[in-house]
Parts: sequence; structure tokens; C-alpha cells
Amino acid sequence: MDFERILTTVAGELFAPTTAAYALAAIGLNIHFGLTGLLNFGQAGFMLLGAYGFAVSTIAGFPIWAALLVAVACSTVFALVLGIPTLKLRGDYLAIVTIAAAEIVRIVGRSTALTDVTGASSGLRGDSYKETFHSLSPFGDGSSTIGPFTYSNSFSNSWWLRVVAWVVVALACLLVWRLMRSPWGRVLKGIREDEDAVRSLGKNVYAYKMQALVLGGVIGSIAGILYVLPRAVQPDSMGRPMTFWVWTILLLGGAATVFGPVLGSMLFWSVLMLIRVVGRDVIPSSVMSTAQIEQFGWIVVGVTLMLLVIFRPQGILGDKKELAINVR
Amino acid sequence: MSADAATALAGVPRTPGAAKPDPILVADDVVRRFGGITAVDVRHIEVQRGTITALIGPNGAGKTTLFNLLTGFDRPNSGSWTFEGRSLGGVPAARVSKAGMVRTFQLTKALSRMTVMENMRLGAKDQPGESLVKALVPPLWRAREKEITAKAEELLDRFKLYEKRDDFAGSLSGGQRKLLEMARALMSDPTMVMLDEPMAGVNPALTQSLLGHIQGLRDQGTTVLFVEHDMHMVRHISDWVAVMAEGRLVAEGTPGTVMADPAVIDAYLGAHHDTDLGDDALLDESVARQLEQEAAAEAKAHEEEQR
Repeated sequence: MDFERILTTVAGELFAPTTAAYALAAIGLNIHFGLTGLLNFGQAGFMLLGAYGFAVSTIAGFPIWAALLVAVACSTVFALVLGIPTLKLRGDYLAIVTIAAAEIVRIVGRSTALTDVTGASSGLRGDSYKETFHSLSPFGDGSSTIGPFTYSNSFSNSWWLRVVAWVVVALACLLVWRLMRSPWGRVLKGIREDEDAVRSLGKNVYAYKMQALVLGGVIGSIAGILYVLPRAVQPDSMGRPMTFWVWTILLLGGAATVFGPVLGSMLFWSVLMLIRVVGRDVIPSSVMSTAQIEQFGWIVVGVTLMLLVIFRPQGILGDKKELAINVR
Repeated sequence: MSADAATALAGVPRTPGAAKPDPILVADDVVRRFGGITAVDVRHIEVQRGTITALIGPNGAGKTTLFNLLTGFDRPNSGSWTFEGRSLGGVPAARVSKAGMVRTFQLTKALSRMTVMENMRLGAKDQPGESLVKALVPPLWRAREKEITAKAEELLDRFKLYEKRDDFAGSLSGGQRKLLEMARALMSDPTMVMLDEPMAGVNPALTQSLLGHIQGLRDQGTTVLFVEHDMHMVRHISDWVAVMAEGRLVAEGTPGTVMADPAVIDAYLGAHHDTDLGDDALLDESVARQLEQEAAAEAKAHEEEQR
């Protein structure tokens, strides 16, 4: 076994753009679930909408800030459409509606009727919408090596993207930290514990839940943009599994914590990579092929999610004291 | 009963739906049906300002349903009511609370995974930091937060919960949660508090202080309407008693007159319908023992029958 190569590959995952994108998506979901108790099972829908909004408007010739605004507007409208009929009902209904709505976004996106706009099932090629982002890079062309890591300076899966993605994640963490410790966050926490109690204290619960849904959804859409910047917009790679990975990441790191989503995402992707790399080296291809090892990794993810929910629902960074109190 | 309340209510006829000299809450023709069952059908009820009014009645009489309707937690099939002259029919719960009518719940709703202090702060009104945008700029809400905290500390001290301020509300005992819920409701300086069974599950040691708190509220000018099964408490602290049975208002009056009213005794018809419901003697050790023995004898007889 080549330990150095394995370690480098695994460590590279720790700060990969995909890791940052998932961390950001989980931060959005944390506002929904961790802070407010909203069961959003359609985070991938928000991400896909953000990706489409950004890519389609960039291809149409919009500057980068306008494309960003389009993505944010798409996810805001999506959140409002989902929230208006469901937020007055019990939480389970939101779960059902969001999972269905996310699928609708994906299926509409890949429908042949929209081939000219979304590229249907083959999606949008990365080159067609990355240019505005690349041109903002101060790092120039070529590639650089820092330690064992070599990436291009500005293009696609680049240092530039890594810097931007993690700055965005840091800002989102700061935002959540500020909000959690504010009276606004206190109302959300109250709603998570008992809506009726908060209502009896004169707070408009519906409006707060809507704000949380929109805010978390907008963060999810920006995560979607980060996710597609090093690759292409592929509707089928942003379906239900993506939503559940985001959930796994959130529960792994710890819901209702500031750094839980970040830690969760880093662990999730690096451990997954570790299983793959080690598996390829150790397991003879007569027992498991490379493709099967890939599948095996996802099985481990599923089992991890189950074990987490059963044995450590507060996640790695969660507060044990909070868990000691049996709710319901 | 306080002297003021007694004089105010002296001339009020002892009939269901009687008009009061200075009503804070007036409800007319409030009907709520669940399928074929009419849970609440109240023609007219008025609650006098500045008094403690008890709402009593057997299980299923519709007391809690009426509470839910008046506080906006449920919608009536028909009916209207005004609070301080403002119509509140169909107004959502949060706005009812903002209007000054704050309720507590039969099953206590302490926010378990929040500290006692956070629970209290949540009860406060006019915190600008509760808006999403202003929350991001602490200087806009720090000052108000300090006022709220000071007020919360004072209330917690009064309710003997000060030492628990940093504990999770979920770690409190049932009685302490009742106290916390009441203290939290007072954070917004309500003009009227609606207490749904404030004594349920509270141990006798705390009962006395809870009674004191409720009377203290009335003496500060807050109107109290409460649902209660404990007749002893009803007799001791209420200025006026309204009795519901099968959704209707069947009697009204001072505690003394109501508990001697044949309609009320009918409503409560049970093994001891001939005893005065609010009789302090019921609380006497020997009487309690006698009742226990009777119950045990009945159970035994029942068992033998089964054989």
C-alpha cells in the first residue's frame, strides 16, 4: 500500500470544493432542521434550482452578480411556493411536499421539452457557464502546487474555487452563529420545541418558519452553484441521494451546532474516499470490482446514518445535556 | 375574595350569562362542534375586569375548548367575542396574545431544550432583535435584552425559580414547569391571563405559593380566568365562578352560591353529590380516609361480584 498517496487523496477531500458545497448545503438544512425543526427533504431541489438559475442565466449572457441574484430569486420563490400551503400544517407534511417538489424540479429540468434551456437529461456543460467565475480569479493561468496538492489556479476544480467556496462557508457559519445567539434564533428554537407555546406568547410562528425556510433554501441554492462550478449541471446527480447525503452530513456533525455541518462534510467525504482508496488497494478484484467498492462506500454511508440516528442523534458536536432531556 | 371585586360584583344577578358592570371579555353565541358533538354552545358570558373568575365543570364540559376558541387556538363554527371592546373572533393566537390576553396550557408547554431564562425571555414583547434583519446587528437589541433579562430575573425570583435560571426547562419538576409557564406568560404584562388547570400536578407545598401568585396578579389589576377541578382552590381564591356542563353555561355566581346551586350539583352528579363541593372538610384527614375506605369497600364488592 502506498500510504502517502492514500493520505494525500483523503486529505485533498477535506478541502475540496464539493466538500465545501455539501457543508454549505448542510448549513442551510441546519437552519431548517436544527434551528427551526422543519423537516426539509428537498435540499437537493434548492441546490439544483440554484445551479440551473446560475448556469442558465450566465449562458444567457448575465454578469455573475445578476446570475447569482437569479439563483437566489429562484430558491426564494421555490421556498415560498413550498411553504405557503404546508407551514401551517404539521411538520410531516413539509417533508412529503419537499421531497416531491425536489423531484419535480429534477424531472422538469431533464425533460426534453426544455432541451434548449437546461440541456435535458445530458445537462449543461461546465464550459458553458464557468467563464464569468474564472475571469474574476486573481490567480492567473497555470497550476500551482502547495505541499502534496496540485490544482489549476483558476480553472474548474481550482485553487480559486477552493478559496471562494470556503470563504462562503465561513461567512455562512458566521451568519448562523450570529442568528443562533440572537432573539430571532431564540424564537426559532422555541418553535422547534413547541409551536403552540410560542404562538401563545404572541409570535407569528408562520412568518418565522417561512423566513427560516427561505433563508436555508437560499443558502442551499448557493451551495448548488459551488457544487456545479467544478463540474457540469447534471440533474440526475442532484436527486434524492444528494438530499440524504446532506442529511447524513448534518446529523454526523451535529444539528443545531455552528460547525457541525462543516465537520460532518469533511468527515463524510474523506472517510468515503478512504474506503474507496483502501478498498481498491486491499480487496482483490476477484472479490469486489472497483465499481462494487464504490457501491460498498455508499452502503457504509447508509449504515452510518442509521447508527447515528439510533446511538448518537445529537451528532459529534451536539450537546449531550440537550439530549438527556427526553422530548415527547 | 378582594373587597374591590366583591363590591363590583355585589349587584350582579346569580344567573348564567349575567351582565357585569365592567366586563373585559364579552362573548356571544359561541358554538363549536366536533362532528356531531357540540363541544361548546355558550349564549353569553362576561368576565369582570380585575377579578379572578373560575370556570368549572365536569370533564368534557367544554371548558378547555372554550379557552382554545377565545385565545385563537381553535376556530368556532359561529360566535363572536370582544376583548377590551376589540373584536377578537377569528383572530390568530399570536395576535390575541399581543392584544394582552395570554394563556397557559393544561399540559404544560415548557420549552424543554431551552434554559429557564431563555423561556422567560421568549415571553417578552417588543424585542427588535426578533426580526431577522435587526438580529444581525446586536447594538439594536442589546439594550432591550438587558431590560428583558432584568424583568425575567425579578419574575423568576418571585416564582422561586431564580436558582434554576440556567437549567434546561426539561429538567424541572411538573410543578416548577407550571410556575415557569405562568411566569413566562407574565413577561408581556398581559391585561388578562387565562390559566388552564394551573394546579394540575402541582405538589401541595407549591399550591399555596401559586395561589398567592394568582391573587397577587389580581391585586395588581390583571384579570384572571382559570379552569380548575380543585374545588378547594376555586372556593379560596375566585371572586366569581362560572359553571359549564355539556358545552353550556349552566350557572354563575360567587363561589358560595354556586356550590350550593342544585344545577351545579347535578352537573357534578357523583358518589358525593350531597356534599358541599368546596367544603374544606373534604381536605380533612379523617374525611379523606373515610372516602378512601368507601372506595376500597366498593372496589372489593365489585371484585366479589366479578367472581
